Amino acid sequence: MDKSLTWREFVITRLIQACCYSAILFVLLIFFFLLREGLPALAEVELESLSNIRWYPIEEYFGILPLISGSLIITLGAALIAVPFGIGTAVYISEIAPRWMREILKPLVELLGGLPSVVLGFLGILIVSPYLRTLLDLPTGLTAFTGSLLLGGIAVPTVVSVAEDALDAVPRAYREGAWALGATRWQTIWRVTLPAARSGVLTAVMLGVGRAIGETMTVMMVTGNAPVLAVRLASLFSPVRTMTATIAAEMGEVANGSVHYHVLFFIGMVLFLISLGVNIAASSVVFRAKKRAERILS
Amino acid sequence: MNRFFAHNRHAVQRLGYSLVTLMAVLTVIPIVSTILFILYKGGPAISWEFLSGFPHDGMRAGGILPAIIGTVYLTIGTAVFSVPLGIAAAIYLAEYAKDTFLTRLIRIAIINLAGIPSVVYGLFGLGVFVLFLRFGTSILAASLTLSIMTLPVIISTAEEALRAVPQAFRTVSISLGGTRWQTIRRIVLKEALPGILTGVILGLERAAGETAPILFTGAAFFLPRLPVSPFDATMALPYHLFVISTQVPEMPVQIQYGTALVLLVFVLSMNLIATVIRSRARARRQW
Repeated sequence: MDKSLTWREFVITRLIQACCYSAILFVLLIFFFLLREGLPALAEVELESLSNIRWYPIEEYFGILPLISGSLIITLGAALIAVPFGIGTAVYISEIAPRWMREILKPLVELLGGLPSVVLGFLGILIVSPYLRTLLDLPTGLTAFTGSLLLGGIAVPTVVSVAEDALDAVPRAYREGAWALGATRWQTIWRVTLPAARSGVLTAVMLGVGRAIGETMTVMMVTGNAPVLAVRLASLFSPVRTMTATIAAEMGEVANGSVHYHVLFFIGMVLFLISLGVNIAASSVVFRAKKRAERILS
Repeated sequence: MNRFFAHNRHAVQRLGYSLVTLMAVLTVIPIVSTILFILYKGGPAISWEFLSGFPHDGMRAGGILPAIIGTVYLTIGTAVFSVPLGIAAAIYLAEYAKDTFLTRLIRIAIINLAGIPSVVYGLFGLGVFVLFLRFGTSILAASLTLSIMTLPVIISTAEEALRAVPQAFRTVSISLGGTRWQTIRRIVLKEALPGILTGVILGLERAAGETAPILFTGAAFFLPRLPVSPFDATMALPYHLFVISTQVPEMPVQIQYGTALVLLVFVLSMNLIATVIRSRARARRQW
């Protein structure tokens, strides 16, 4: 083979290899910069202050517990909506819907995943929250519940598409076996297909929750942004504030390198670690499931 | 109770089916009604002046041209960085990578990139591109931030498209004396192109609609003129919608709906193009 061709081939291969490794580089870079800007917060603010229940940066109160509790309560609410609806829709699309219906539903759910979160937040302010305010007779419609409702909608497409893939991957023979034993289609879905796909469904739930924790614009617009500790059930119907919304709302106004700036990066670091944990857990479930499948097949 | 269910398993099936169908319906109705509602409310706001004019009177009147142009710039800027990088990475994963520890690490990294909250990307962009590399709040910094966010979408869909090309195509090309790269460039890439394109458009669609990553990296509240260089800040549709629905008091609702409509049309038409490319490729495919 002519030499220049081999040389070119070598360079190109190395080049695309480098592009591929850049994925690792980016994750490390993101983590490094969050650490670099966020860790000083631990030196500047006492741990006692960080674990305080007051977030009032102007007077140097940097208690991040209200923000964490806000994120948790909204995510929990969103999960309670997104998990049943997401799995239900996935079961319908994969097991029950006729082919033509599937061809319509799948792109529609994908479309929901593509709707900009700021549009949902906008509708949340203008339509959903006034409606909920009068319906539930609340002093304000900008509550954790409103956030959960919209966030549930944002997490649904993630849950549907991953769970649907998992259900789709269950071999047809499983279902045929159940039918042959006299099970109805519903019994087959409930007792055979869903349990067989459970690791994929679990992954779907985790990724949906991860999507909900990280969502920013919608929650910032509709949850009222009041940094109060949300621990009681009643907090669901009062304004709260999430970690993501705090960063988005305040980062634009702080001086670079100030204590407040470092604390916001510290919150970003916590968010990064949460998403890292969720995603590694979700992907290890997938890996384990794959290995089991390989064992069964061999 | 158990006997009841055993005897009435067909009733249970009907109940289960209706429940699941109801859930699917309740999932789909809000999507469709959201889109129709914005079309209905925003439609009357759309006029030539609205699309081609600058905002004035503190955004309460006039058009949204700078926001539209800004979003176009940001989308193009994102494409410039993320498309070549993403496709190259996908080629490596699909065609070259063996199942080693490092490859697995890359996959985990890609999954994690996909899961990082968008506002954290914003922080990263601020720390690296705006401050550390001194790009300032600019189209360049925002585009770079958005491209890293888009990367996992492009890589995973492009890899899937490349893997779907049958092995026989490669074998034939290699047996005819083609090198590995020639095979990839002339045969595999050509066959996988519609799939890759779909992934690219879906990734860019997400970038175009995002607000949080550009909040502190490139978005401007209001600019009296269009940006002229990559180092200028820019207005953008999603950020503009955020500003006029939360930061401007006494904002006319019609302009808000009009802006939401333009953003929605921008994003949905990308989605539509991707769907059309995918289904046409599927129909034409002969393998």
